[in-house]
Amino acid sequence: MSVVSVVGAADIVAALLFILSLAGLSKHETSRVGLRFGMLGMALALIATVWLAVKGADETLPVALLFAAIAVGAVIGLWRAKIVEMTGMPELIAMLHSFVGLAAVAVGWSGHLEHPTYGLESLARIHSAEVAVGVFIGAVTFTGSIVANLKLSARISSSPLMLPGKNLLNLGALAAFAVLTVIYVAHPGGAVLTVLTVLALALGWHLVASIGGGDMPVVVSMLNSYSGWAAAASGFLLDNDLLIVTGALVGSSGAYLSYIMCQAMNRSFVSVIAGGFGIEAGPAEARDYGEHREITAEGAAELLRGAGSVVITPGYGMAVAQAQYGVAELTRRLRDKGVEVRFGIHPVAGRLPGHMNVLLAEARVPYDIVLEMDEINEDFAETDVVLVIGANDTVNPAASEDPASPIAGMPVLTVWEAENVIVFKRSMASGYAGVQNPLFFRENAAMLFGDAKERVEDILKAL
Amino acid sequence: MLIGVLKEARTGETRVAATPATVAQLRKLGYDVVVEPGAGAASSFADDAYAEAGAAVGPVAGADIVLGVNAPAEQQLAALKDGATLIALLSPALNPDLVADLATRPITALAMDAVPRISRAQSLDVLSSMANIAGYRAVVEAAHVFGRFFTGQVTAAGKVPPAKVLVVGAGVAGLAAIGAAGSLGAVVRATDPRPEVADQVKSLGGEYLAIESPEVEVSSTGYAKEMGADYQAREAQLYADQCQDVDIIVTTALIPGRPAPRIITAPMVASMRPGSVIVDMAAANGGNVEGTVKDQAVVTPNGVTIIGYTDLAGRLPAQASQLYGTNLVNLLKLMTPGKDGVLVLDFDDVVQRSITVVRHGELTWPPPPVSVSAAPAAAGTLQAGATGAAARPQAPAKKLADPAVKWGLIGAGLAAFFLILATAPAPIPAHFATLMLAIVIGYYVIGHVAHALHTPLMSVTNAISGIVVVGALVQIGSHDRAVTLLSAAAVLLASINIFGGFAVTRRMLAMFSKGD
Repeated sequence: MSVVSVVGAADIVAALLFILSLAGLSKHETSRVGLRFGMLGMALALIATVWLAVKGADETLPVALLFAAIAVGAVIGLWRAKIVEMTGMPELIAMLHSFVGLAAVAVGWSGHLEHPTYGLESLARIHSAEVAVGVFIGAVTFTGSIVANLKLSARISSSPLMLPGKNLLNLGALAAFAVLTVIYVAHPGGAVLTVLTVLALALGWHLVASIGGGDMPVVVSMLNSYSGWAAAASGFLLDNDLLIVTGALVGSSGAYLSYIMCQAMNRSFVSVIAGGFGIEAGPAEARDYGEHREITAEGAAELLRGAGSVVITPGYGMAVAQAQYGVAELTRRLRDKGVEVRFGIHPVAGRLPGHMNVLLAEARVPYDIVLEMDEINEDFAETDVVLVIGANDTVNPAASEDPASPIAGMPVLTVWEAENVIVFKRSMASGYAGVQNPLFFRENAAMLFGDAKERVEDILKAL
Repeated sequence: MLIGVLKEARTGETRVAATPATVAQLRKLGYDVVVEPGAGAASSFADDAYAEAGAAVGPVAGADIVLGVNAPAEQQLAALKDGATLIALLSPALNPDLVADLATRPITALAMDAVPRISRAQSLDVLSSMANIAGYRAVVEAAHVFGRFFTGQVTAAGKVPPAKVLVVGAGVAGLAAIGAAGSLGAVVRATDPRPEVADQVKSLGGEYLAIESPEVEVSSTGYAKEMGADYQAREAQLYADQCQDVDIIVTTALIPGRPAPRIITAPMVASMRPGSVIVDMAAANGGNVEGTVKDQAVVTPNGVTIIGYTDLAGRLPAQASQLYGTNLVNLLKLMTPGKDGVLVLDFDDVVQRSITVVRHGELTWPPPPVSVSAAPAAAGTLQAGATGAAARPQAPAKKLADPAVKWGLIGAGLAAFFLILATAPAPIPAHFATLMLAIVIGYYVIGHVAHALHTPLMSVTNAISGIVVVGALVQIGSHDRAVTLLSAAAVLLASINIFGGFAVTRRMLAMFSKGD
């Protein structure tokens, strides 16, 4: 048993624990156990590697730096995790992705600076190629995540950036990357790698900047996948199987998650990644949709009092207004009165996959009444009242009825089949996709204007 | 402005244009209301009830807006004040004399039965609201005459088979009849030339009998259209078969302003069992059944009763008045944008334009045609009014790449991959093996992830991807200071990720709790 073999064994066990962790997180019942597996695996991998690093170090400075970096990182990470609002989760996760990307760039550059000597010429070339690929993926992840973070936190406009010939720009950047890699493999030099890094940073920025805010859930998940590939590339570079396994796990699960989400929106995976959605969604067209009706909070309370079954379909607006606590309280009150209350969650509601579930869970809404679109869609016809809280495109009947609509074919919550629909909304403005919503003009729909949180509280008062 | 509610002059009319409940709503719109004495008597609304709701009881001569059910009688028209607005069921398409007469008077006349069948006008659509009542009543009339139970029973005195009901035409009236007959326990079948109503029929518990013919197509006008010869032959065969089997037939086939199509012929009626009942809801326009007599119930020589009442809705007067009254309230809401009791007739609004027969003594009938279904004709969004079944989402056909190109690309990719692995020195192939297996595992492991857990899953994978720290840790012991510093930075960043990611996931998962 040598140090290396112990660390190797720890790595394999850690990889297994990561697999168990992801498997556990697929179900509510096992999710906490899954998390524990993940933490255990990480602890194992960290301790083993730190031990190896400390043992192998012949100076004190690297060791001191190592522990200081871990300690500072842990403090910052735990602090951010503690203070983050649940509504700010998407931004935080995007930000964390950027750290992985930057770390991968640093690892790649370190690999460049400390070019090991290989017996074989071909191995040295492969090392160079690995450096180039690792730096490239890491840099794309880094700037892409930064832009996603800025868009999600509304510090830059969420509308897609429209550079002329943007697809050509992306393809050109990829081609330039291939050329630079070949040059770098032939003559490994800092200048070439610098150009390559800058190119990748610019590509990451442009890729995400040209994707509209409505597609951010997919983008965040895609960046998650990239961060995994970045780690896997580092694994190739450093000859480390744990990095390869873990990176590939994260990369493929993230890619699959993005694919699931694209399917939920009936969108082509490629077009989302290439930022195609914004092109189709023109400005709200001038069509006569008729008049919408308004309802007061008292009227809504009246309807709810008489209802036997209520479905609540929240959207990003609920997150913005922080209305989840009021909604949860409303749910409790109605359930105490014997009203059947359920939630219908569209797969892309919010700005992060599962965003609504997290918010509702935060407000202590039991998860077994929070249903997915496919589970609830058949029941709308037997529902007395639907409360649409800050959702728009995900309840738009045009998606299923108007083939000319930019969101045509996207599966939506069929709330309009219910007897009454009350739409909580700040104004008649259109949603993220920029598409007018005929639901608001339906006979059985009524608008309750204003801040969702305040309106929900008004209803609670009236109840 | 003052709204006057007429006492209906037509004999046998039981409905009234406002009920105490709608009077209260009219007053909320800012109007004063006066009701003619005894106006609601036939619908069981006493004058006192109107007074309680805030209406005056008295003559309507001074009213600015006059509400009626039918076209007013001559002396009622004469009593209208100049500039008054008359709103009633005027049937302008069928009554050219009345339209000409109205045009000679200095009034505005709005025909409630000319409301276009577009979605947003559904709340004003009297034809739908009355058809709904009439469909229900048709079944009640049939049950009244029919000498048996509707529902099947097994009793000590023997087994009772359920009644079989055929509803011809699944519009609003037909659907109401299907629902009513079904809830009485009958076996209900329905026919309609528009195949898209099959789901609506099923939703009410009926069985949809399809007529297989190439002509069958989705309606673009909201009404069923008349069909060609081949279709009619198949249709006739279907009805001939059904007549021998069913006990009760309710026919609702009617295209407004046209004679009703003859669907059930005399031989078909003769083939029915004695005691069977036919309710012909199209009797006013000549009837769908050969032998129908308008406003009467007749018994054929073989003992089949054919009911041709045209006042089916009026036979539920309180309900019909309430729904008609609400239709009027909705119209007045539309025409009172300020909610200040001031009527505004907006000719740019297609609904208001369509119902206006006479404006300030000037003939405005007929109105320009209205396309019923919305512009790009979303298939069947508005089948015959009220049921509102949505069209199936139609996934746009996906463009499939040319299979040859696709397989070529896959083959080229595999070949390139093979060449890389075949020429690469160890340990690269071993690394690729690990990579491949891990990718496949990653894909399957999260294959069935619960949607609600997407965020925790993502934040955990994010924390796990902080494993890149291992790479940095391996490099940190380098003798190159730059490498050490770079690695330390990478360790710092990755550590934020690891600790932050796990901590935030923990926080999230702690919140997910199951209800009792």
